[in-house]
Amino acid sequence: MAVAARSIHGTRRLKLQVFRTVVFVAAAVFFLVPIGAMVEFSTRGNSGQRTLEYWKEILAYPDMVQAIVASLELAAITSVVMLVLLVPTMVWVRLKLPRLSRIVEFVCLLPLTIPAIVLVVGLFPMYIWLGTNVSDSILTLALAYVVLVLPYCYRALDAGLGGIDVKTLSEAARSLGANWLDVMWRIIVPNISNAILNATLLSVALVLGEYTIANNLLYNNLQVELVHLGRANAGVSIAVAVASLLFAFVLLVVLAFIGARPRRMHRDPVAMLASPAVSSQK
Amino acid sequence: MTDRSGVEVRLENLVRRYGTVTALDGLSLTLAPGELVALLGPSGCGKTTALRLLAGLEEADGGRIVIAGNDVTGLPANRRNIGMVFQAYSLFPHMVAWENVAFGLQMRHVSAVERKKRALDMLDLVGLARFANRYASQMSGGQQQRVALARALAIQPQVLLLDEPLSALDAKVRSRLRDEIRRVQLEVGITTLFVTHDQEEALAIADRVGVMQSGKLEQLGPPTLVYSRPATPFVADFVGLTNRMQGTVRGGSVEVRGTSIPLVQPDVSDGPAIALIRPEAVSIDGNGGTDEGPLVGTVIAVAFLGAVSRVTVDLGDTTVLAQLPTSSASQHPAGTRVRLALRTDPVLIQREEPAPTAS
Amino acid sequence: MIAAGNPAVATNVGRPLAGGRRFSLDWIGVVPFLAYAGLFLLLPSTIIALGAFVNADGAFTLENYQHLSRSYVVKSTVDTTVISAVTAVAGAILGALLSYAIVMGSPNGVLRRLVVSASGVLAQFGGVTLAFAFIASIGPAGFVYLFAQAHGFDYYTHGIWLFERTGLGLVYLYFQIPLMVLVFLPALDGIKPQWREATESLGGNTWHYWRHVAGPLLFPAFLGATLLLFANAFSAYATANALINQGQPMLSQQIGGALSSEVGAFEPGFAKAIAVEMIVIVTLVTVLYSLLQRRTSRWL
Repeated sequence: MAVAARSIHGTRRLKLQVFRTVVFVAAAVFFLVPIGAMVEFSTRGNSGQRTLEYWKEILAYPDMVQAIVASLELAAITSVVMLVLLVPTMVWVRLKLPRLSRIVEFVCLLPLTIPAIVLVVGLFPMYIWLGTNVSDSILTLALAYVVLVLPYCYRALDAGLGGIDVKTLSEAARSLGANWLDVMWRIIVPNISNAILNATLLSVALVLGEYTIANNLLYNNLQVELVHLGRANAGVSIAVAVASLLFAFVLLVVLAFIGARPRRMHRDPVAMLASPAVSSQK
Repeated sequence: MTDRSGVEVRLENLVRRYGTVTALDGLSLTLAPGELVALLGPSGCGKTTALRLLAGLEEADGGRIVIAGNDVTGLPANRRNIGMVFQAYSLFPHMVAWENVAFGLQMRHVSAVERKKRALDMLDLVGLARFANRYASQMSGGQQQRVALARALAIQPQVLLLDEPLSALDAKVRSRLRDEIRRVQLEVGITTLFVTHDQEEALAIADRVGVMQSGKLEQLGPPTLVYSRPATPFVADFVGLTNRMQGTVRGGSVEVRGTSIPLVQPDVSDGPAIALIRPEAVSIDGNGGTDEGPLVGTVIAVAFLGAVSRVTVDLGDTTVLAQLPTSSASQHPAGTRVRLALRTDPVLIQREEPAPTAS
Repeated sequence: MIAAGNPAVATNVGRPLAGGRRFSLDWIGVVPFLAYAGLFLLLPSTIIALGAFVNADGAFTLENYQHLSRSYVVKSTVDTTVISAVTAVAGAILGALLSYAIVMGSPNGVLRRLVVSASGVLAQFGGVTLAFAFIASIGPAGFVYLFAQAHGFDYYTHGIWLFERTGLGLVYLYFQIPLMVLVFLPALDGIKPQWREATESLGGNTWHYWRHVAGPLLFPAFLGATLLLFANAFSAYATANALINQGQPMLSQQIGGALSSEVGAFEPGFAKAIAVEMIVIVTLVTVLYSLLQRRTSRWL
């Protein structure tokens, strides 16, 4: 496009500049004002001054604190279960069962096509059974959340595994005497550590923002509690929402930072062999 | 095809700048009616800019473009009546081959029946009548470029522009299509500007080759002349392979390793210089045996190129390329010692080391 | 098994193509995953599919589907369809404009990277926080409203439309536009500058270019993206429920209502029947989308 952009003649270029400016400014207003407004609202005092009252009040609502803790616990459990379930399966399928890769992909992406509100209808009787026979803890929600985060984590991990030659690496490790656990833990995992972190952060962000399933299975997670509290004290509720948004934002910055970080320099054996020969010629 | 004789195209002192970079620095070039001129040069030399100015896809900062006696400098691309073939992927992917070819005629309000007929005629001209109903995605790169050629010619343009049309193709297809383009161009008799960075391509297809560097024309002439009598060291270096050999200028000739060779350039002061010698001007005089001498060395590689072979000889302080018939090259496998001889055709010399980016 | 268990033998590459197939236990490796997916993905789906045909006494019935013709279900189906369609079309047009503005800039520019990654985030941004964001900005106590009101522009004179379908549509645009950017940008990127130049050199002007080349090329992608946006809005629940807590205008809210209210106890199949209705519509739209997507990928 660079060449084409240069070729556009004077007036056309000017019109384009005007168009782009208008569009970007309008988009910035539409997308930034609501976010800024939340910050403004949560720091609004009774007589127009800025105050952090609402923020300080958060701790005065034990239900909210409990819900925040529960959501964080859910995020942790969901991430761990997701990784334990997904990473070995995806590696195994690449190594041994390439014919199953389409099926695994299909299953993993299926939750994208099933709306959460539909899934919850099917989960409803299951959770009634779970609640009476196993446990009625809110943490059981993690079982359903794993399904929810499956598509996003699958994609992140798939990108990571696509970047390395799983098969050759593990065959090399096996030929050097490693067992499957060694291969997984010492070879595969270190090489896809970025993708694993990626998937983890995604699942944390998704779980913290989840409302549909918790609300309909009658559990009070962070988002459900936000709505409850919003009716009683909008200021505090919005302060919590801003906080959760900030938390998600930090996660995303971490994500972007990882993505931008250059891959650790692995010493390429070929380069190491070649370099002394080159220098000796000079 | 309809018998059409080409028109004259004149580029006069064209200047084009991108910010502080001068892409075209006063280019003047006249294409005779029906002539095919190839502009050759490294990327960034301004050859593509020249073509895009002629096409009207970019505006010149100075100079004039005259086609068939009419000044078209200020005319937009869609009113210049110029056919253009792009590097690659320029076929409209949602139209089959004949619809692509007919598109320019549609823009000219030719009736539907007539334009299909003419499109099929054009596809026939490029030998693709059978592929009229194929989409671009169903054709090979070479076929796509032939359709693009038919599309460019269907509007009966006054000038045909080819912007590296072969660069995205693999070697075998490239030389076949190159000859095909030349055949069609001669058949239609259209004035053509062909831009390429591939010297072999330019030398094979063009009536005249223009070698460009830094927005300027270094040399313009028939392929044989550009190759055998390069006007500047840059041309000698860029067109064909060249041995750079240390020598000493004395009294109008240069002495290289004991051989005195006449100079192309007149009035060169005496002193050390680098002589630019073509591999064809280097021959193998016989086995070197245990002799010592400035032109005795060891064969370190033999590249088989078909009828000829290229032999790399290590002379101790430098290596020299010699190109000779395969039959004689085969008598000197790698590892044998040979004695070289230099032909005494006039050569170019260079005084300074080339810019550090080269070599 | 002995050979397969020996670490020195490359167990996979060396598998003979012909001859007796070795009995393999490789498939055991995927059992935990498939079991989990079966339990929490397949089982709920089966419960819905079968449960929609069962009445409170556990007998087969089509009654649940007859309940779909209740006026409030029909009304929320229509309302949801209208809101989804309007926000899909508006989101598609605005998102396409934004994409075009991006594409016309430098391909590696900061602006492009910023807009694309922001779109990735905002397309997933929904639910309670989004509803709050709009309430805090243009809601009756939001600073935008207070500012407009103070300057003689009271846009709530005919009722607080933010908490009605109009407002919901506006809020939906907040994730519809970024989703459009994500889906449509690759198609726009596929448009090669040579096509415009070829059009010009063949005698066409800007109008011809859009009418004969870019328009037809982009239309399937645009239509497909619009369908995706429709499905996206149609299945949204959290945003609607957080913004509108009276009347439950959206079909997804009807599902929630049927599930949790007393109706759920007496008519266990009713929520499932609405869920089936929703999934049929969403699947239909998604299939159409992927068909159009396939056509787009052939061209661009």
